[in-house]
Amino acid sequence: MSSGNGNYRVLGTRPRRHDGAEKVTGSAIYANDVQLPGLLTGFVLRSPHPHARIRSIDTSEAEATEGVFAVISGKDFPEVADKVADLGEGSVNLSYLSGNVMAKGKVLYKGHAVAAVAAVNIHVAEEAASKIKIDYEVLPSVTWVLDAMADDAPLLHENLFTDHMGEKDEKPSNTAVHMHFEKGNIEEGFAAADVIVEREFKTATVHQGYIEPHVSVADWTTSGRLKIWTATQGAFTARQQTAEVLQIPISDVVVTPCEIGGGFGGKIAVYLEPVTALLSKKSGRPVRISMTRAGVFEGTGPTPGSFMRVKIGATSDGKLVAGEAWLAYDAGAYPGGMIGPGCMCVFSCYDIEHAVVDGYDVCMNKPHTQAYRAPGATQVAFACEQVVDEIAEQLGICKLEIRQLNAAKEGMRRVDGPVYPRIGLVECLDAVAQSDHWKSPLEGENRGRGIAAGFWFGCGLKSSVSASVNHDGTVNLTEGSPDIGGTRTSIAMQLAEVLGIDTFDVIPQVVDTDSVGYTDVTGGSRVTFATGLAAYEAGLDLQRQMAGRAADLWECSADDISVVEGEFKGPDKSASFKELAQELFKDGEPLVARASVAPDCSTNGFAVHIADVEVDPETGKVTILRYTAIQDAGKAIHPSYVEGQMQGGAVQGIGWALNEEYFFNDNDTMDNASFLDYRMPTMLDVPMIDTIIVEVANPDHPYGVRGVGEPPIVPPPAAIANAISEATTTRFFELPMSPPKVWKGLSETS
Amino acid sequence: MPIVFIPAQLKSLTGGVSQVEMEADNVRQVIEQLDQQFPGIRDRLCDGDELARTLQVSVDSSMGARGLRTKVGDAREVHFLPVIGGG
Repeated sequence: MSSGNGNYRVLGTRPRRHDGAEKVTGSAIYANDVQLPGLLTGFVLRSPHPHARIRSIDTSEAEATEGVFAVISGKDFPEVADKVADLGEGSVNLSYLSGNVMAKGKVLYKGHAVAAVAAVNIHVAEEAASKIKIDYEVLPSVTWVLDAMADDAPLLHENLFTDHMGEKDEKPSNTAVHMHFEKGNIEEGFAAADVIVEREFKTATVHQGYIEPHVSVADWTTSGRLKIWTATQGAFTARQQTAEVLQIPISDVVVTPCEIGGGFGGKIAVYLEPVTALLSKKSGRPVRISMTRAGVFEGTGPTPGSFMRVKIGATSDGKLVAGEAWLAYDAGAYPGGMIGPGCMCVFSCYDIEHAVVDGYDVCMNKPHTQAYRAPGATQVAFACEQVVDEIAEQLGICKLEIRQLNAAKEGMRRVDGPVYPRIGLVECLDAVAQSDHWKSPLEGENRGRGIAAGFWFGCGLKSSVSASVNHDGTVNLTEGSPDIGGTRTSIAMQLAEVLGIDTFDVIPQVVDTDSVGYTDVTGGSRVTFATGLAAYEAGLDLQRQMAGRAADLWECSADDISVVEGEFKGPDKSASFKELAQELFKDGEPLVARASVAPDCSTNGFAVHIADVEVDPETGKVTILRYTAIQDAGKAIHPSYVEGQMQGGAVQGIGWALNEEYFFNDNDTMDNASFLDYRMPTMLDVPMIDTIIVEVANPDHPYGVRGVGEPPIVPPPAAIANAISEATTTRFFELPMSPPKVWKGLSETS
Repeated sequence: MPIVFIPAQLKSLTGGVSQVEMEADNVRQVIEQLDQQFPGIRDRLCDGDELARTLQVSVDSSMGARGLRTKVGDAREVHFLPVIGGG
């Protein structure tokens, strides 16, 4: 496939987004805006205990409450086989998925759904839910990863045996998976090192913090079709999961993805969809459930907390020669999926000849963890990037130069095996060196500057689009990728570029699962890459069709028609796309094209961030003075959206670094399930995030596109930790680096 | 001829052998040949007649979801990796 960052008409411009006016005027339809005749309101009753056996549930009094139409609990859900299903991006054990939607037998975390009510309004639903009598046998619980790995830890699943790549232990355990990767000879590597740094790190469980809580509306119609409107990153995976949990044919379900107020990986798994569906079936009415913020924190998937030990050796000239990592990630109540990428990312930014990585996925009494942008990568960057910094300090080498010296580049083999194709980390580091931020001195007491690098794979997966040409020469573009970050426009721009028309001559629409070919989730930094590729292919198909029709119209051979920058040229005639579309509409078949793609590749995104901080030694408060995010976007289709992703990821990473964490009290329940107490950054907490887009074309995309959504959350905690170390000469090995922890750390040092 | 990299956790089945060079059209053939050489390795890589749902195959720099049907042909390298989700 060709690649390049050539001169484009449309790509690289900054048109306003197609959905902008609707969103700023409030007319965009979110799941909470959907209205149906007879719509009921649902409420989910959640467990007050982190770990308990359900002896009995009595819903009779709730069902007898006036205004209540249906009450359900675990017994209303079908038994689901203990099998792993492929959900496109990742896989899931269906019995775990079903058990997380509604507890059966045991509750595994505070907030675990145990019953649900549909009623005329939320007040009646809540009142009825309060009348549900549940007899719990409270069990011992565990919420720290190392405690959960202990032999005497309370077991969450009696039938869970540690899996060592297909071989299982004989004794049940909370450790679901052990992974092991190695490269070279680790003993030789450390023997060759002149300096070795080994540190232990902890990171807290954090939530994606999307502004829109989960919402689902379901209407199980009398015809037997289940219609769902929901806030989801993937309508097709929501359809599949719902069908699997309810054990009904996938063709009986249609999911409409409404506008979505953020997801970041947290709106891929279903929570409410099967619940609203069953309530609708039982009541004979459509049902909506909107989560509260506490429900979001306690009942949906945050991203893993972790314990990590990282050891790196280097020669006296700064060459990294050996790396060893031991990683244990919090899976929450059911086995998770973040430890794999954690293992694969820990040394992914550096060319280290000898390396060993062990990773453990550990269940405990917390909500089942989910992705959060680059899942598993931020944690390991916090560890690895601090160790690299310490090596530079011990060797007296510039912290940028040690990264440039060891940076991953084309041809380097990662610890998990694959060799990188053309990537852009070196160019990102060069951009750091040339940046105004890096060149500007940072002066003042208690101030420091840190840098850190980060990587995320990016993926292709499956995408489908169709394009139909209107007789005014505009094109309706139908796609299956929910638009979270402006992808309607970034995909439309790629079609417009192929066709030689303007961005707003393409009218993109995200449609339901009945109306477009299968499309995987909006996640994995894949949509502008893969769905954009589908739009590109559909554009080429339209061009081919139109060139053939132009030959008929102009009475020449199809071979005589060429298309140059969207202009159709015959031996003695030429026409723009719009002119030809209008002419062809007069007779002959309508012009329709479709494309489905499943590119087998990673897009390999790298980011490097620079953070300047000031630390108040009296309070431990860390103020971000200046922040620059540098990232290889391959080709920035819409630079404003790329910058927005970089800024958004950086701000989320700043929150992860400095304040955010699930506080678990002595009873292993969360104490801060609200935005008042779960401290996300606001505009007052962060400066303008400066951005530098690097463009090293991805060889696997015709326009060179790489994924951009995930890499920017990887470096911030590490960059800020490195900056704090510069400012205070104290290193912090635990996230968040919140004022009490920083103050305590500084007090101990002094 | 592609080199198949044996996952570190399966080297106990290969007597420590970490790479095997073989001719194969697709991943199914790769695994069949591996299992002939190292009995039991198929059960660690497959669920029934499919690649284990927790695994994906990397052929050279590509990582796809075609499982056992993934073409190998004249590729240089084949790796078995964990599936990766994304946010």
